[in-house]
Amino acid sequence: MLDLHGYGPAIFKGAILTLEVAFLSLFIALLLGMLAAVARLSKNKVLNGIAMVYTTVIRGVPDLVLMLLIFFGAQIGVNAFSDVLYDRYGIDFYININEFVAGVTTIGFIFGAYMGETFRGAFLAVEHGQIEAGRAYGMSAWQVFKRITVPQMIRHAIPGIGNNWLVLVKTTALVSVIGLEDMVRLAKEAAGAVHEPFLFFIPVAAVYLALTSVSEYVLKRLEIRFSAGVVRA
Amino acid sequence: MSQTAALEARNVHKTFGEHEVLKGIDLTAHKGDVISIIGSSGSGKSTFLRCMNLLEIPTQGEIYVHGEHLAFKQLRNGERAPADKRQVEHMRSRLSMVFQSFNLWSHMTVLENIIEAPIHVLGKSKAEATEHAKELLERVGLYERRDYYPAHMSGGQQQRAAIARALAMDPEVMLFDEPTSALDPELVGEVLKVMRSLAEEGRTMVVVTHEMAFARDVSNHVMFLHQGIVEEQGTPDKVFNNPDSERMKQFLAPKY
Repeated sequence: MLDLHGYGPAIFKGAILTLEVAFLSLFIALLLGMLAAVARLSKNKVLNGIAMVYTTVIRGVPDLVLMLLIFFGAQIGVNAFSDVLYDRYGIDFYININEFVAGVTTIGFIFGAYMGETFRGAFLAVEHGQIEAGRAYGMSAWQVFKRITVPQMIRHAIPGIGNNWLVLVKTTALVSVIGLEDMVRLAKEAAGAVHEPFLFFIPVAAVYLALTSVSEYVLKRLEIRFSAGVVRA
Repeated sequence: MSQTAALEARNVHKTFGEHEVLKGIDLTAHKGDVISIIGSSGSGKSTFLRCMNLLEIPTQGEIYVHGEHLAFKQLRNGERAPADKRQVEHMRSRLSMVFQSFNLWSHMTVLENIIEAPIHVLGKSKAEATEHAKELLERVGLYERRDYYPAHMSGGQQQRAAIARALAMDPEVMLFDEPTSALDPELVGEVLKVMRSLAEEGRTMVVVTHEMAFARDVSNHVMFLHQGIVEEQGTPDKVFNNPDSERMKQFLAPKY
């Protein structure tokens, strides 16, 4: 049996944290991505502009920088806000930005921008005649969106979602910079303490690989499910 | 007027940018009428048909469905838009359309395609919609294929399924937009046969078509469009055998 010098349980806990961060940020990313894509495709200039700034800025700034900016920036923002509240109104209000919430939000926010572009491309790939048929049969815009556009768009989006997800899983390692004890950080501490880097980093790599392999399998199944009715070349 | 028309279009104009595609077209379809709209490509016939269920918004002109006037409003940028989305949706549910490229929903089976709008637009129960759909599939000869996806059927079968989808709405008027133009020649007949049977049972139909034999034999009124105006119209006998318009004569003349 692999001897992890007693660090095993801690690293296992780190792996669970990695998973939690990954799934929660995926949820946020999918939500933000959908909103960003719909905004980008809408005729409303204001929504369009906001979504464009969002996707451009996020995709153009390194993830690490964003992580630090959002974590420290948010804390500074909260501090400034609570100072104002105290000075002007005498209200004693203070929040300490939680690393977990900050980590999940940041990664969700970053990948929302990538998901947004994935969804936008997928929406554009839906044949216009499909949407037109929905309208011609008296469906409301919302019904057309929900019953025709989205189910058809998902098929085009799955490969991109999968790609983003794999990158997202690996990006979770960044949360260690804001003090979250994920698998990578704990492995690094353990490796430093017992001077055996491979002993700890290889299992960690294996966990990431296992996670991404399982993901690939699930994505493949999803792709088949959403391709019902498509003739494969 | 003795009888309210099922569908009426008055003075329909449509402009795309600088280009005026429709220059004031009228149409009145009474119950049981089969009106064929013919003309060369670019004459505006499909655009006119699409104006009647507001897939295109007429720049000018009015539409009445069974006497009900469709209300428009002027947007701030000067464009015209329907005043009431609900009214448009309701109106569309009474005028079902059959498209040139079928446009069956590709992620649904044939049966699902047919029950979709009756359930979600007309509010029928799934059981009732399915029952009706099966009868219609029987009628267009596709009952055996009800669980197929559109991509696994021939063009002719897809178009017959699309006609069943249109019939499932119990429409007041059926609009056909070149229903056989995308089909291989040997598949045209099976679709025309179904359309002919619909005409014979008294369905009200407006058909944009290149099938001159269908226009001549099945419809009771033919409109010939040329460059956005009605050049010639009347009974098939009049339009085909004794046209007044030079354009119509040219259109009918052998091309080779």
